Amino acid sequence: MRHVAYALGLATAVAFAGGASAKTLNWASQGDALTMDPHAQNEGPTSTMNSQVYDSLILRDSKLAKIPGLAVSWKPVEPSVWEFKLREGVKFHEGQPFNADDVVFSFQRALSETSDFKNYVNSIETVDKVDDYTVRITTKGPNPILPDQISSIRIMDKEWSEQHGVQAPQNYKEKEETHAVRNANGTGPFILAKRDPDIETRMTVNEAWWGWGVSDPKTNVSEIVYRPIANPATRVAALLSGELDFVLDPPLQDLARIKATPGLKVEQVNQIRTIFFGVDTGVDKLRHTEVAGGNPFKNPKVREAMYRAIDIDTIRKKTMRGMSFPAGIITSPGVHGYTEALDERLGYDVDAAKKLLAEAGYPNGFKVQLDCPNDRYNNDEAICQATVGMLAKIGIEVSLNARSKSIHFKSLQNKESDFYMLGWGVPTLDSHYVFSYLAASKGSWNFTGFADARLDELTTLMETETDSAKRDAMIKEAWDILKASNVYLPLHHQVIAWGMKDGLTLPIVPNDSPQFRTAQWK
Amino acid sequence: MVAFIIRRFIQSLFVMFVVALVSFAMFQFIGDPVNQMVGIETSLAERAALRERLGLNDPIVVQFWHFIVNAVSGDFGISYQHKRPVADMLLERLPATLELSAVSALFSLLVGIPMGVYTGLNRDGFLAKVFLTVSLIGISLPTFLIGILLIFLFSVTLANAPAISVFGLFAIDPSVLQLPSFGRGTVVDLGGWRTGLLTADGLKALIMPSITLGLFQLTLIMRLVRSEMLEVLRTDYIKFARARGLANRAINFGHALKNTLVPVITITGLQIGSIIAFAIITETVFQWPGMGQMFLQAVQNVDIPIMAAYLMLIAFFFVVINLIVDMLYYVVDPRLRVDTGKATGHG
Repeated sequence: MRHVAYALGLATAVAFAGGASAKTLNWASQGDALTMDPHAQNEGPTSTMNSQVYDSLILRDSKLAKIPGLAVSWKPVEPSVWEFKLREGVKFHEGQPFNADDVVFSFQRALSETSDFKNYVNSIETVDKVDDYTVRITTKGPNPILPDQISSIRIMDKEWSEQHGVQAPQNYKEKEETHAVRNANGTGPFILAKRDPDIETRMTVNEAWWGWGVSDPKTNVSEIVYRPIANPATRVAALLSGELDFVLDPPLQDLARIKATPGLKVEQVNQIRTIFFGVDTGVDKLRHTEVAGGNPFKNPKVREAMYRAIDIDTIRKKTMRGMSFPAGIITSPGVHGYTEALDERLGYDVDAAKKLLAEAGYPNGFKVQLDCPNDRYNNDEAICQATVGMLAKIGIEVSLNARSKSIHFKSLQNKESDFYMLGWGVPTLDSHYVFSYLAASKGSWNFTGFADARLDELTTLMETETDSAKRDAMIKEAWDILKASNVYLPLHHQVIAWGMKDGLTLPIVPNDSPQFRTAQWK
Repeated sequence: MVAFIIRRFIQSLFVMFVVALVSFAMFQFIGDPVNQMVGIETSLAERAALRERLGLNDPIVVQFWHFIVNAVSGDFGISYQHKRPVADMLLERLPATLELSAVSALFSLLVGIPMGVYTGLNRDGFLAKVFLTVSLIGISLPTFLIGILLIFLFSVTLANAPAISVFGLFAIDPSVLQLPSFGRGTVVDLGGWRTGLLTADGLKALIMPSITLGLFQLTLIMRLVRSEMLEVLRTDYIKFARARGLANRAINFGHALKNTLVPVITITGLQIGSIIAFAIITETVFQWPGMGQMFLQAVQNVDIPIMAAYLMLIAFFFVVINLIVDMLYYVVDPRLRVDTGKATGHG
């Protein structure tokens, strides 16, 4: 009898605790942020964590459209000068007022030698304070996408940084961690209350955030608690058992299970990341296999044949369990310049592919090695395996070389691959980013040997073209050139899925970075 | 004795050196840390500069030499990913791993020995057969599967189980028995040693991981004690003890069990090293914030300083435990002493 009473007592205690903490949001993902220093690591989980605490001049809403953040408005005053009007009356979490000095300081910090965000700001010549709430950014040439780029630059307090000796992000050479690695003083919607890397991170809601009722309705989440769980099965189990309210990255094979569990739901959206194959048309002989004529990829008919031999619907249904959107270009919906017309694929047609191969002089196909990562993209190795079978149907004998991402990417950069898988995300949300890395003849991730003078010219022009209609036409022309070349064989846009409790509203964001300021408990 | 210890010590140093060499050589094949450290936008020149700053361009022998010199002074460098001193990070993680290992070692001893004795004494008993069959599972199922099964049963199933009604009077909610599927629960900081042994949910969080980690050792100890018991019970002095009319209890525990414990102690000592080393898998399944988990993450991120330091530390544990066991042998087993010295006169 006493045991029952005890059990009952416990049960009530648990139920009561559950009710009282309903406004806490417990969440998990595979890996923790590396640092709370907002300029030290340009890496997804790190940016997600930092963006809860630190604001940028320009924020993104859940559709990734730009909305005013610490800047209330911005406009180009000259071709290469942007002027930002800052929000007044904003305070950092520790009470320091926010003003133009902090903006100038933060941009200089992001430009410093040890910053990992230099690429977002390297078009900037100077950042000048006009008055306490006006800042002018002068770029080296006209830069139409500066507002997009600086939405990644988070604003720190100048006095706080000086006080704690963190005027620059940490250098690898320093042996001690800096104050900013585990402490944060931003202006954002949440305040860092406890940071225990890889174990637990607690953030309490910033009641005084400027954005409540301005950019977002006031959240009723009082605290967000993050604990990384590396093992996917454990992560899902913790969601099913009710220990977690939200899992950022449930494995694809468990989504059906989560959906079928009462009280849980799955949100899905396309990710800003497209998966594709690249072929090297630049070398005269394939590196890994002997093929008559040297390099078959030089022939556009071979590339088209391979494209047409890939049965993307089967990959979507079988390999990806429906969790992908077949792609016609190598960038995703949500990126400026993407259109549905461009995203149309060439039809899947084995007979046409065989014919094309025969016309190109390879009626019996050829041998080639396909290099794939096995731990980078959703089901990456399985996609490659499926492709091996599909290309075999038109006589191309593919040997699959699947390896860890750390080896795969190094080997790509050493230009050791004839035929490879790659996925590409676009943090600036502008097509120019894709062209400059993947399509321009000097692009640092262009391993295809593709070089087109007009495309190079367009890529340079769109960097400085401020007339948006003209710029859009350039982007369209560049996409047409790249698409027609078939040096990249597009596969699909990845899908993001978040698992969460039914009672939680948290709009899914295509950059996979949850915005907890938008979270609401029912 | 002194010569024996010195010889052992030199051998141990040699083992450590070989481990360092092998792990260092291995790191040449796991990929490029620079790729993990920088964004895809980073130019080749910047990558090269970073590689230079990290000393990755030095000849491998030079890198190894730097590593050894620093390691001797306890400096394992700074983590590429976390940018913190590796020695500090390992020390922070050490208590979690040691507590888990100690609790699972205790669990396997306290459960394994009685089960071994029981199955030894009641060879054909039904319960003994059940123990032996169940223990086969402990040996044949991989650790991660056991862990996941436990999570499924005690975290997920219990959480969603309907309340049980008692005579229609009360309802007992099975979820009060629910165990946390991950983490260490609440920890108390005792001067840098963070312990989960002092709080209720810290102890609760220990249950499933320590069972998962200790199950294999439990099986091993149980089977070892059983076979030793069977052997000892056949010996003459046990028969003689029976003839003297001693109580079963005194014979079984005072005489038989005592004599089975020497090999058990040896095996347990050696297994402690494996428990610490194999905690990697258990820690990953339960998101236990110990060293093993950090090591696995370091492998994924090509964080060479952490990997090197962890391997060295584990090698160090093994070497020290072996050394102690060897010396214990010397103390415990009279025959070893007989061979080398003073007692020869008696022959």
